[in-house]
Amino acid sequence: MKPYPRKVYWNEPTMGWWERAYLFEILRGLGITSAVFLRNMWKWVTFRKGALTTYYPEETRWDYAPANRGKHVLTQRPDGRPQCVACNMCATVCPAKVIEIDAGFDPADAAHPKFPIRFEIDYSRCVFCGLCVEACPEDAIRMAKEVPGLPRYDRGQMWIGMEELLTWNPQKDVAKPYPTGGTRAEKRGSH
Amino acid sequence: MIQDLVVYVAYIVYAIAVLMTFGTLLTWVERKQSAVMQDRIGANRAYVRLPFTQIKLIWLGLFHGIADGLKLMTKEDWRPKTYDWYAYAVAPWVCFVPVLLVFAVIPFGGLMVPAKLFPSLAGFFGDRAYPMQIARLDAGILIVFAFGGMTIIGAMLAGWSSYNKFSMLGALRAGSQMISYELVMGLTVLGLILIYGTVDLTTIVQEQSGTLLGFLPAWGVFHQPFAATLFMAAAIAENKRIPFDLPEAESELISGFYTEYSAMKMGLFMFAEFIEIAIIGALFTTLFLGGCNLPYMSDAGFAFPGGSVLPMSHGAVVVTQLVVFLAKVMLICSFQILIRWSLPRFRYDQVLKFAWKFMFPLALMNLVVTAVLAWMATSP
Ligand code: SF4
Ligand code: SF4
Repeated sequence: MKPYPRKVYWNEPTMGWWERAYLFEILRGLGITSAVFLRNMWKWVTFRKGALTTYYPEETRWDYAPANRGKHVLTQRPDGRPQCVACNMCATVCPAKVIEIDAGFDPADAAHPKFPIRFEIDYSRCVFCGLCVEACPEDAIRMAKEVPGLPRYDRGQMWIGMEELLTWNPQKDVAKPYPTGGTRAEKRGSH
Repeated sequence: MIQDLVVYVAYIVYAIAVLMTFGTLLTWVERKQSAVMQDRIGANRAYVRLPFTQIKLIWLGLFHGIADGLKLMTKEDWRPKTYDWYAYAVAPWVCFVPVLLVFAVIPFGGLMVPAKLFPSLAGFFGDRAYPMQIARLDAGILIVFAFGGMTIIGAMLAGWSSYNKFSMLGALRAGSQMISYELVMGLTVLGLILIYGTVDLTTIVQEQSGTLLGFLPAWGVFHQPFAATLFMAAAIAENKRIPFDLPEAESELISGFYTEYSAMKMGLFMFAEFIEIAIIGALFTTLFLGGCNLPYMSDAGFAFPGGSVLPMSHGAVVVTQLVVFLAKVMLICSFQILIRWSLPRFRYDQVLKFAWKFMFPLALMNLVVTAVLAWMATSP
């Protein structure tokens, strides 16, 4: 006797005698799992990879979405200096307060006299919101789709600095085409 | 006799070493096998660094079992404010020790003659022969069930003395579930006892050494395929593992009867569970897979049906039998892990219904059919 009447749904699953006998379906399930096991095991013993997951962090997936908010990069001017003008907007907007910038002064570059001497991000607290990218007036900070190498034994090791941020140097940058015809340094030299 | 003492101490050391190794190894097998079944890589980080070098031995994550043990031993041993600390402290051991004791009566090899094995010691041992079994008791199977039944007490003690509702519920579940399945397990084995006419495990293994219909090995599975299936299911239910892990259903009862245990006390429960996998494997091998018997193999060597004979020395036979037994046990353990990672957990009422309304009648039916057949075979 049921304790209370149950509603019968239109798609109520029904079981035939085959499912009710239980053993056959169990055997089928065991067959499926052991088939997967044997297939993967065969791959492992023939020195191939029998898994869909990766040995993170030694190995990362290649198929991150293009729009993935991964590790930060600082874009560069054609002469290789950071495009950042050390305006501190990204540090201000950052909800986790993880960006630290020290500004320097370069009188030689009249257009961009202010530049970052130190630009560091603490990945132990960054929430990967992408607000810093949106705040930047110079398109100087972006987020690449690759993830930063996060696993560390110590929180203090999870800062990344300018050297690493400036390693991003694509040959062709569709987001911001530069005027062709010589780098800025060449132009400056020709004046 | 001093000779007996030497041999049996050696057996005991072997048995404990085998069980401990299985207990540790099975944690690794469980991790890796489940990972491979699920397209994952599995545990692969624990390493042992060679001293004074940067060489890290990972060995496919084999050291994770050791890491587990070390971690459990160094954890804080937290105690609840329980009114019965003695029962609380003794419960893990009541769970753990009977599991080990069961192995005492299981024959893990055939007959060993030390004088033939070590000719230099022939003068010491004389012509004594020892079956490879720690204690050859006439009541073999009954001992197994007696000790197997004691683990229930451990689970119940743990639940009662923890002073926690979840533990209590887990203990209640453990009690009713294990008693139900104990019964089914006993009934399935009765069929075998009818066929072999004995409860002595060594004799049962020897009975399984011939062939059936000329080509099938005369193993219990071929005599009693039905009982073998039921026995397997009931044994997994006895061990309280998924799909029968109701006593510790973590989504309902946190950890069931060992919710309040921490550090190595909890580790003992886990270790007992893993060793019991091996014990079930050993029992199933002994009862249904012919123990240490290989088809066509006797104490003298192989004799194939075609008439070709491959004689073997006594040492080779002993080693083969030990290895064959361990290999069969490993296979059954692996099968249990396959089941554990394939099937979802039952609902609690389903577990008991399954025992009493499905397996119990089937086991009875199996017993009746076996009895009739055995009677027809023996009556003139
Ligand atoms: S992604 Fe968000 S949290 Fe991270 S640095 Fe940028 S603004 Fe801060
Ligand atoms: S907002 Fe852009 S330009 Fe301003 S400090 Fe940040 S990265 Fe540099």
